[in-house]
Amino acid sequence: MTEILVKDKDIVVPGELLAKGMDAFPGPGSYRDNEEILSSRLGLVYLDRRTIKIISQSGVYLPKVGDMIIGKVIDIAMSGWRINLNCAYSAMLSMKDATSDYINKGEDLSQYYDIGDYIACKITNVTSQKLVDVSMREPGLKKLVNGRMFNVNTHKVPRIIGKKGSMVTMIKNATGCRITVGQNGLIWIQGDTKNEFIAIETIKKIEKESHLTGLTNRIKEFLEEKTGKKIEGVEMK
Amino acid sequence: MSYKKRLDNRKPDELRKMEAKVGVIKNADGSAYFKIGNTCAYAAVYGPRELYPRFLHNPSKGILRCSYSMMPFSGSGNRVRPGQNRRAKEISMVTEKALLPVLNLDEYPNSVVDVFIELPQTEAGSRCAGICAASMALADAGLVMSDLVSAVSVGRVDDMLVVDLDYSEEAYEDGPVADIPLAILPRTDEITLLQMDGEITKEMLLDAIELGKKSCHEIYEIQKKALKEKYAVKGDE
Repeated sequence: MTEILVKDKDIVVPGELLAKGMDAFPGPGSYRDNEEILSSRLGLVYLDRRTIKIISQSGVYLPKVGDMIIGKVIDIAMSGWRINLNCAYSAMLSMKDATSDYINKGEDLSQYYDIGDYIACKITNVTSQKLVDVSMREPGLKKLVNGRMFNVNTHKVPRIIGKKGSMVTMIKNATGCRITVGQNGLIWIQGDTKNEFIAIETIKKIEKESHLTGLTNRIKEFLEEKTGKKIEGVEMK
Repeated sequence: MSYKKRLDNRKPDELRKMEAKVGVIKNADGSAYFKIGNTCAYAAVYGPRELYPRFLHNPSKGILRCSYSMMPFSGSGNRVRPGQNRRAKEISMVTEKALLPVLNLDEYPNSVVDVFIELPQTEAGSRCAGICAASMALADAGLVMSDLVSAVSVGRVDDMLVVDLDYSEEAYEDGPVADIPLAILPRTDEITLLQMDGEITKEMLLDAIELGKKSCHEIYEIQKKALKEKYAVKGDE
């Protein structure tokens, strides 16, 4: 007889009993000890039929293949660049993944990306030892010049982007800023100063209130109040 | 014999007043505060992050690094000296070993999780308060853990077995005293820290450990509550 002892969206702590019996399965963030399924993270319960997952709400970024991230060039090597990912591991951007230009042997790579530059790139490979490869050969991946860079909790990034990018599009339209959100929690914003500040304030608000219901509407009202303009085309729930 | 009633009128198995809070240090990846009687501990967790010096790298899993420190104004007596000393080094080491059995750092090779424990005010039982705060902070940092860790000091004053000794009991002079810091994993009652200062018989020691386990479960409930409170949905703020 299997009993699941938690509800969807419950908050659980590490070591907390989630279910008893062999018919439930431990998903990410939980583990089995004989008959029992226990939590191995602090987070929210997510029940997917008989699989129990724990979604973490805090912690540093861990590189994952396919993530679009913002990195900082920290070193230039013989045939590429070393990129800081805002986490425990750095990535390698090789010459052929960086640009479609022909680069001569022995050429000075700093004329493409110099130390301290920020770039938007995509993770193409992560090994078991967490050696990371990134690439920029995809539309939209570029060097980020001017603007402002700031940090948010990486677990809140999906809420900042919204369903199919709806949230970030709303902020872009309301403030007229260009915004790039990296999965690693770095965000780049460029626009005129006043609007940049409104965008940053809005994103900080999303980060703080992401777990409360009616987020889209509240953010819409907040943006309307700050910019003094009406926002069209956002569905009301 | 002469010690029939505790100096501060507590029952033998009564803990001092406790208080716990999570997320108290904004810059840290995870943080917690734990207060028991007049002893307060702050714990801040950073990482997993890049590990230097390089010779400490472990390619099979991440390492844990603890630092325990009593603040220079935290108490009285010759124990309190600012900075590192032999006592602080020992306690950092036992804290590390008390916490390591619950942590799973397999996902983070070659990196480090730093735990800083600072005590702004101390009156006995500081390493136990530090361990309680640190285990909450590690959970808050979103790390994979099989359980929390709860710790308390137990011991004897004259012929009485007591939990959570305060300074006046540690310094009791009219009979033998033993002070035993104890840390357990509340789910399985496994012991991860057991030290002893003073003199005690085998029978009394075994009884004292049983008493300590019971008190640790009380502390565990407080830790659990504090962790859940951080994410509790509190209407509109």
